[in-house]
Amino acid sequence: MNVAVCVKQIPDPAGELALDPSTHTLVREGKLILDDSDSYGVEMALQLVESAGGGEVTLVSMAPNNETSGLRTALAMGAAKAVLISDEALAGSDALGTAKVLAAAVSRIQPDLVLAATESTDGYTGTTPVQLAELLGWPAVTFAKKVEVSTESVTVRRQTEAGYDEVVSPLPAVVTVTAGVVEPRYPSFKGIMAARSKPVEELTVADLGLEASAVGAAGARQQVISVQAAEERKAGEIVTDEGDAHQKIVAYLEQIKVL
Amino acid sequence: MDRIWVLAEQRDGEPSTVALELLAAARSFAGAVAAITWGSGAAEAAATLGEHGATKVYDAGELGDSLPGPRVAAAIAALVAAEGAPDAVLVGQTYDGRDVASRLSARLDRPVLTNVVGLSSEDGALVSEHAIFGGTRVLKARFTGEGPGIFLIRAKSFAAEAAGGGAPEVVSIELPDTGATDGAKVKGRHEEERSGPQLDEAAVVVSGGRGLGSAESYALVEELASLLHGAPGASRAIVDAGWVPYSHQVGQTGKTVKPTVYIACGISGATQHMVGMKGAKNIIAINKDESAPIFTIADLGVVGDVHTVLPKLIEAIKAHQ
Repeated sequence: MNVAVCVKQIPDPAGELALDPSTHTLVREGKLILDDSDSYGVEMALQLVESAGGGEVTLVSMAPNNETSGLRTALAMGAAKAVLISDEALAGSDALGTAKVLAAAVSRIQPDLVLAATESTDGYTGTTPVQLAELLGWPAVTFAKKVEVSTESVTVRRQTEAGYDEVVSPLPAVVTVTAGVVEPRYPSFKGIMAARSKPVEELTVADLGLEASAVGAAGARQQVISVQAAEERKAGEIVTDEGDAHQKIVAYLEQIKVL
Repeated sequence: MDRIWVLAEQRDGEPSTVALELLAAARSFAGAVAAITWGSGAAEAAATLGEHGATKVYDAGELGDSLPGPRVAAAIAALVAAEGAPDAVLVGQTYDGRDVASRLSARLDRPVLTNVVGLSSEDGALVSEHAIFGGTRVLKARFTGEGPGIFLIRAKSFAAEAAGGGAPEVVSIELPDTGATDGAKVKGRHEEERSGPQLDEAAVVVSGGRGLGSAESYALVEELASLLHGAPGASRAIVDAGWVPYSHQVGQTGKTVKPTVYIACGISGATQHMVGMKGAKNIIAINKDESAPIFTIADLGVVGDVHTVLPKLIEAIKAHQ
């Protein structure tokens, strides 16, 4: 069982985020980290490979400036190797452009299964994995709460509005994993040391045989018109609980006729 | 704008609320609004879709055990080929809606604008609004290439309103066989028991965060929500920690809620959470940390421990009732 995991390296969400004043795209110049959302896919992939009794986990990532710090985190967790696509032509790519790049990379790797997060933390479009599946001509099962694999199929509990569906898909397939379904392991010291020498294959748009016009800002075919301050909500009354704050809440709920 | 198509999910003849919200938006921009629906009950759903402004309803028929994504997207692509591209396809950002929009995007080679929370018309084209950086800023965007523009729109962005429209023209369309992409099959459907309203429909939402300290304490949130006939929600932190399922998550990567009152218990107010709940009419926050960002948007902020305040609040409400 060979599993590829799409991982995104993003600016630290706890830090200050900024938009480029001319392109209105997120500034990604500083150090990038592994998106927390992707740690669940990496963990799930490692567990599936372990339960299958063989195979390996390959990371696939698209990032500016040949950034690998986030990849090293996932390699330290136990992934065997990574494919990194980095190219100036990719700046400003949208979700579909990203899916085209990932599809070309996945076609080279030929895994049995591709895992991804339901959405990234920074862009959170949540469309790339299924666009990737459509470009590959594969089935996809999104919003997985539980994943099991056999040699020929993957069985998924898929989140629905009402509860969940039990979905079985032949392989290869794309599965997106919701957060919290497995507990991502912390990289061990040994893992961190080993990650330094694990192979990261660096590719460009040309290496993948893609036209530069299909990806990047040119391929995105969308434009930010403006960015403005939103209407602000004002803070109301703030009280410190001295044993009677619950009465304040009850009075407030009465006032707005909820009670 | 001439034509807008709305993806209308329905269940047992009842269209989803977001579909009706999108019809209300669509009819304010275009003369001809069509809804695309499928599954058992589509014929009954068509009447409601008509009342809400759809002049035409495309009924793709029974999906069987297929997931909607591949075949519904193929049906829409076939419709584009047969009837020409509409100005826009509006899709509610639901579990299935996202699959359909993503597949359609790749099929037609057209981008998708996602997380749309508002629409306007400028120079005859649709402009989308997006809440970014925790809802502190509004970004406006538009498509530059050939249509149709595909918009994934968050629930609660528009108010659903019946337009008094008559019975729509119902047109049967085919769900094409898409081969390998349709390989995933639903083997069983499980409904989780829910005593109260749906999270994004509830008038009262009580949410818990990391300040609860443990998964067990989430029971306090559930009890308060149930007493107020509301729905329990959660911050991303406790979903990531595995305390509650993803379906409870409120925020950027979860659901948008706009209840009459939102009660945040032990939630600090990360930007990613606030963007999903700052549209609530009233916000009450309980948090130990007086510098928690949630207090900057709360109408009533209580600096205190949820473990002391919530049990007393629950008792007081029980006594009140």
